[in-house]
Amino acid sequence: MSTASTNEPLLRVENLYKVFGDNPKSIIPMIEAGKSKDDILAETGHTVGLKEINLQIEKGQIYVIMGLSGSGKSTLIRHFNRLIDPTVGKIIVEGTDVMELNEKELEQFRRHRMSMVFQRFGLMPHRTVIENVAYGLTVQGVDKAERQNKAQEWLDTVGLGGYENQYPSQLSGGQQQRVGLARALCTDADILLMDEAFSALDPLIRSEMQDQLIELQEKLHKTIIFITHDLDEALRLGDRIAILKDGELVQEGAPEDILLSPATDYVEAFVKDVNRARALTVETVMRPPAHRITALTIDDALSQMKKLSGNYGYYVTKDGYQGVLLQEKLEKAAKLDGSSPVGDALFEEVDPLSPDSVLEEIIPETMESNYPLPVVDEEGDLQGSLPRSSIAEVLSVKDDSTDDPDKKAS
Amino acid sequence: MSDAKWLTEFPQLDRADLLAIRKFLDGAYKDFSRAYGDIIEAVFDPLLYFLVWFEKLLVNAPWWIILAVIVAIVYAATRSWKLSAGVLVSFLLIGYFGMWEDTMRTLSIIFVCTLLSIVLGIPIGIMMSRSDRVQAIVTPLLDIMQTMPAFVYLIPVVMLLGIGKVPGVIAVVIYAIPPVIRLTNLGIRLVDKEVLEAATAYGANSSQRLFGVQIPLAIPTIMAGINQTIMMSLAMVVIASMIGVKGLGQPVLKSITNQYFTLGLLNGLAIVALAIVFDRVSQAYGKRTQRHLEGSH
Repeated sequence: MSTASTNEPLLRVENLYKVFGDNPKSIIPMIEAGKSKDDILAETGHTVGLKEINLQIEKGQIYVIMGLSGSGKSTLIRHFNRLIDPTVGKIIVEGTDVMELNEKELEQFRRHRMSMVFQRFGLMPHRTVIENVAYGLTVQGVDKAERQNKAQEWLDTVGLGGYENQYPSQLSGGQQQRVGLARALCTDADILLMDEAFSALDPLIRSEMQDQLIELQEKLHKTIIFITHDLDEALRLGDRIAILKDGELVQEGAPEDILLSPATDYVEAFVKDVNRARALTVETVMRPPAHRITALTIDDALSQMKKLSGNYGYYVTKDGYQGVLLQEKLEKAAKLDGSSPVGDALFEEVDPLSPDSVLEEIIPETMESNYPLPVVDEEGDLQGSLPRSSIAEVLSVKDDSTDDPDKKAS
Repeated sequence: MSDAKWLTEFPQLDRADLLAIRKFLDGAYKDFSRAYGDIIEAVFDPLLYFLVWFEKLLVNAPWWIILAVIVAIVYAATRSWKLSAGVLVSFLLIGYFGMWEDTMRTLSIIFVCTLLSIVLGIPIGIMMSRSDRVQAIVTPLLDIMQTMPAFVYLIPVVMLLGIGKVPGVIAVVIYAIPPVIRLTNLGIRLVDKEVLEAATAYGANSSQRLFGVQIPLAIPTIMAGINQTIMMSLAMVVIASMIGVKGLGQPVLKSITNQYFTLGLLNGLAIVALAIVFDRVSQAYGKRTQRHLEGSH
């Protein structure tokens, strides 16, 4: 059925435009000619919702689309399952053009491929919690016993076991959105659309829900398209982030790209207030792994270290990273017996950093250490090193701009 | 001078012309009713049979069974002992003052009219809610139905079907159906957009959306419409008695023509008692279907 090749993304949006008004198609040439949104509105009474959107979303990603209100992000997400039809453009899911589906096919597509979580939950007030969770299956015509079982399972997963027979109005906002999430997961759709799913929740509950989503995603590996107006949330959840402004895609990239090299002033203004120490991971800041020492004996190791300029080194064998060696200690050992092999006793007592750690967590360790700490991945391979200077460099960018009184005033 | 007559007097159609128009329209309608009256009457025959059967059932059944059933229904719907006792007392009084049979007749016709209004009105309301064009056409019709004096549309109905129960029912339904249509339309249009969007996003087709989401969520508004419809048909009962609908309306009509104040008052109070029963039962039922709205945070 699918004509997709192996490097075909799961979801592709091609040249998508959305214009609201009486004769939207007639406006497209004006947009292409470069007329501004305001001019078009003044001249023709048409509102440009989205302009030339091109996106590629890979399978298994959390893809965050962020923008302020009016940026068209909620309009965009509604195009994926065609709650809104584009004026022109293509939406291709695994080689199938969603625009080509007829009504019945579209229903099937919505039932099995995509599910959605809404900002104000969109729960059915007249159905109990478990009936809400099972709604997708009810629509599919799954029989009652089966859908109850499955709904129960997901309700337990999101931590709402025991609330089955309550009505949504009896639950708090956070609980209601968990029901919304369980409902979305219950259909086993592989694409999850989340429209400002956590925006209506208070901050503490919001971060709880974010944690839960990350935890679930590690198990489920869905493709999640997440809409938000909150950059911190975007950076926390996103594998990729797309930033929308006035219906246009301003920048698209990995979180650290957005953070470290904002494409426009608009993005920069956004990024300015982000807590970088919390948003960036070790991986994005670390230096490539130099100072590898592979020699078998202490003497050889010492001479290798001297060539590397520095009084430290990371000892690596074919089994991966072993530990940190310091010149001082090696020299002492060499005096005793330079020909003996490098052993565990020589290594410094220091835990390597994980590439996924957030900077904030590892700042104390890095500051206490006299040498750059090694970064080692789950397989035990040395990935890089993290000198104090890199952290200082990354974190100080923000201070340059905010502490300048002239810039603040402007 | 005669040229400027239109300035002082409204330029009016010739009396002879007006008469001709009236004669023509009346004649045409008379011919129509002569030609098709029987067929149209035959169409309404099943309704008539049902009306007669239901009225006989209520009138001929032992009064205490009917009373027990009514009180049981009131209690089942409202779960209120006070209201049930009140209904019991008022029906006992109705019987004691010799109005039992008329009350049963009115009860039967109101029941049938309400049923008809719901059966016709809700689908029309649904159609209105789904299409702005239907709404644009139906709304002015409803306005006419509600403002046109009831006597005016009694005339063609009587011309077509004569006097009796069926024309009475038709007149009552025309008068009483607008609220249920309007409020069904309104209720469905007011359903939370996001909830409906959620249903669509999960692949619900249009009938799943209608019966699974829109109607259930519109029920409180629809119930308010049904309630209004019942009240209006009770009010119409007196007027319908002019075209031969038996029941509490006829004694009222008799008291107007003969200035029997007490007779009129008693029958009027009996109508009020019926109204209270219908109103409380339908409202309580509506509320009980909305239990999920209780206890919100």
